[in-house]
Amino acid sequence: MQKEMTGAEMVIQALLDQGVEHIFGYPGGAVLPIYDALFQQDKLRHVLVRHEQGAVHAAEGYARSSGKVGAVLVTSGPGATNAVTGLTDALMDSIPIVVLTGQVPTHLIGNDAFQECDTVGITRPCTKHNYLVKNVNDLSRILHEAFYVAANGRPGPVVVDIPKDIQFAKGTYVGPKNIQHKTYQPKLKGDLDKVKAAVELMRHAKKPVFYTGGGIINSGKEASVLLRELVKLTGFPITSTLMGLGAYPAADPQWLGMLGMHGTYEANLTMHDCDVMICIGARFDDRITGRLDAFSPGSKKIHVDIDPSSINKNVHVDLAIVGDCAHVLEDMVRLWRAGSVTPDKKALAAWWKQIDEWRGKKSLAYKNSKEIIKPQYAIQRLYEFTKGLDAYITTEVGQHQMWAAQFYQFQEPRRWMTSGGLGTMGYGLPAAVGVQMAHPKSLVIDIAGEASVLMTMQEMSTAAQYDLPIKIFILNNQYMGMVRQWQELLHGGRYSHSYTESLPDFVKLAEAYHCVGMRCEKPGDLDAAIQEMIKVKKPVIFDCVVDQAENCFPMIPSGRAHNEMLLGDAGVSVEDAITEEGKVLV
Amino acid sequence: MNTTATTHYPAAKETQQIEHRTLSILVDNEPGVLARVIGLFSGRGYNIDSLTVSETEHEQHLSRITIATQGTPMVIEQIKNQLERLVPVHRVVDLTAGMTAIEREIALVKVRGKDNNRVEALRLADAFRARVIDATTESFVFEITGKSDKIDQFVVLMAPLGLVEVSRSGIVAIGRGPEGM
Repeated sequence: MQKEMTGAEMVIQALLDQGVEHIFGYPGGAVLPIYDALFQQDKLRHVLVRHEQGAVHAAEGYARSSGKVGAVLVTSGPGATNAVTGLTDALMDSIPIVVLTGQVPTHLIGNDAFQECDTVGITRPCTKHNYLVKNVNDLSRILHEAFYVAANGRPGPVVVDIPKDIQFAKGTYVGPKNIQHKTYQPKLKGDLDKVKAAVELMRHAKKPVFYTGGGIINSGKEASVLLRELVKLTGFPITSTLMGLGAYPAADPQWLGMLGMHGTYEANLTMHDCDVMICIGARFDDRITGRLDAFSPGSKKIHVDIDPSSINKNVHVDLAIVGDCAHVLEDMVRLWRAGSVTPDKKALAAWWKQIDEWRGKKSLAYKNSKEIIKPQYAIQRLYEFTKGLDAYITTEVGQHQMWAAQFYQFQEPRRWMTSGGLGTMGYGLPAAVGVQMAHPKSLVIDIAGEASVLMTMQEMSTAAQYDLPIKIFILNNQYMGMVRQWQELLHGGRYSHSYTESLPDFVKLAEAYHCVGMRCEKPGDLDAAIQEMIKVKKPVIFDCVVDQAENCFPMIPSGRAHNEMLLGDAGVSVEDAITEEGKVLV
Repeated sequence: MNTTATTHYPAAKETQQIEHRTLSILVDNEPGVLARVIGLFSGRGYNIDSLTVSETEHEQHLSRITIATQGTPMVIEQIKNQLERLVPVHRVVDLTAGMTAIEREIALVKVRGKDNNRVEALRLADAFRARVIDATTESFVFEITGKSDKIDQFVVLMAPLGLVEVSRSGIVAIGRGPEGM
C-alpha cells in the first residue's frame, strides 16, 4: 500500500496499521498537526493525561496487561523531558512502548528555539532505540520499524522525534508489510545442543530450583503454560522475581513465593543451597542475588535469556541459552518427555523435606492487631474479596509494593503491573489508567502508598474524564515507609524528612476529582469497606489508615547473602545485621 | 568499602586478569550511531583507549568503528554483548582474540629546530620510515605509520629535538588471512 499524505496523517495511519486503538498523550505546539489529524478521524482513541509521565506509565500498564505495544504522543521540549522517567522505567522493565515526540521545525533544530530540547540525545540512554525523522518519506518506515523494535527481542521503549515541518510535509506512505529491518533480528530459538545439555543437568539434579522472571511474561501466554507444564513434569520447586509474579500460580504447592531482598525464607534458602539453578527470563539483579560472592555457591547455573547482554553480567553461569523463553521451554518440555533417565526421586523427596522445614519458619508471619490495621492484613483481605474476580493489580513503589508482592496471590500472568527495575514512585495510578483502558470491564486496583500516589495524583482527573473505575487502595502510614524502615535500620531511627506532616484529606481529594473517597481506620470495618469499594462503579480513592511502625520482613540486609535473612521476629538487633560495607549499598 | 565492584553489591574477588582488546564494529552509518557507541562505554563505565571511525562501504552506508579497550574477560564479553544489542550495529568482532589482527596507527609529528637537531630529526625519521610531508627552514611535519608503540617511541625521540605537536589517528585494525569480518 502506497499513498500520498501529510506526515501527520501518516502518523495516524501507521498507528492504525500497527493495531493501536488507544494512544495516551498531551498536546502542545510541536504536535498540533498530529492532533489535528487525530481530530479528523474516529478510529484511534486518544486519552488525555494530566502529565506526560502519566502518559508513559499508562502506556506501560496498557502494554504490560494486554501484551500489545503501548503508544504515547507528547510535544517537544518539556513534553519530551517529562516522558523521560517513564521511558527509563520501561527500559528497565522491558516494556514495549512507542513514544512519539514533537520537535521544532527542522530548520530551527540547534537554535535553542522555544520548547526545543535534544530529544534523541536526552533519550538515547533511556530507550531501546530512537529516531529523529528528517525526511517525510522516511516517516512511515521509521514508525513501523519503531513498533518492530519495541516489540521484538527483549522489548523496550522506542522514541520517534518528529519535527513540525515533517508533520505538515506531504510524502508517500508505505504500509507495514513492506518493511523489514536490516539488522535487528533477535534469535528466538535456543541452541538445541545447549537445551539438551540443560535438560541433562536437570535430570541429574538432586536439589534443583526454577528461578523465573519477567521474561516469561513478555514471551507471551504460551511461555507461562509451558513453564507450568515443565515445573509439573519435573516436580522441581519454583520461585520468581517481582517482575515474574503470576507466570506460575501462587496457589500451587511447588511455588515457593517471591525471592530476593523481601522474598520468602524458603525461596532464598532454596536458591542458596540448590545444586542446579534454572534461570529463565530473569537477570540476576542485585535485589535478587544479595551478596554476589555468596550467591548460591554450590550450584550449576543455567540461564535462558533473549538478551545475550543479560548473561554473565552479574553472575557467571555454567550454561547460557540465548533465545525466547517460550521457544526454549517448548524444547525443554519435549526433551524432558523424550528422555529415558528418570530423576533421582529419593534426592528430590529429601530436597522437598528440607524446603518444607524452611517453610515451617513462616517468614511472612506478622503480628495482627484488633486495634489498628496491619498493612499485610489489608492486602490479605483485599485478596480475599478480589480473588474470584477478573482483577488487575498495579502498585507504586515502597513497602506497600513488597507487601502486595508477598500477600496478593497472583495466579495468572499480566495481572501484576509494578515498577521493578527503576522503582518509580507514582507509577501505579497512571498504570491503572492504562490497564483499565485496555480492560474496561475488569477490576483494576492500584495498591498504593500515600507518598507515592501523590506524585501522579493528578491522573485521577484522567480517570474521571474517561469513566475509568480504577480503585486506589492507599496503605496510609504517613511515612515514606521504605525510607523510614531503612532509616530505622541504618541511621539510628533518625527519620529525616520521611514523614509527611500535612497530607491531604484523601476522601475530600477524591471528591474534588469527581471520584469517590473512602476511609477505613479499624480492622473490624475493613471487610465491609473493601466490598463497598469493589461495588462502586466510579474511580475510588480508598484511604486505608495502617500501622505507622510496621516494617517489611523478611529482609536480606544489604550486603548480606541469601542465608543471612532477617525474619520479622528476629532476636538479633536489626542494626547489627548490616555491616559497614552494607551501609553504602542501595 | 568495596570500590572496585562494577555493581552496588560486593562482587566475587577479582581473579581475572585485565586484558587489552581491539574490537571492530560494523554499524549503519546513520546520525547518532557513534554517540550510541560512546554513550554505552561512558554510561556503563567501560574504558576507551583508542577510537577510530569512518564510512567503509559507501553504497551500503556502513561504517567501521575500531575501539581499543580493556577489562577482564567477563567485562569484554559484556562490552561485546551490549554493543551487539544496539539496533544499528551489524557485527562486533574481537580482533585480538587469537592474536591474528594487524593493528596500525598513523601520526603526524611537527618538529621545530635548527642545525644539528634538524639533521638528527631527519636521520631518525629515516630510521623509522617516517616521511616528510611539510617543511620550512625551521620545521618539519613527519608522517609515520606503524604499531602504536613504534609511534610512541618516535615521539619520545623527537621530544628533545624540538617536538611541537602530534596528531594521531588511533588504531585501525583488520584480521589476517582471506576471511572478512
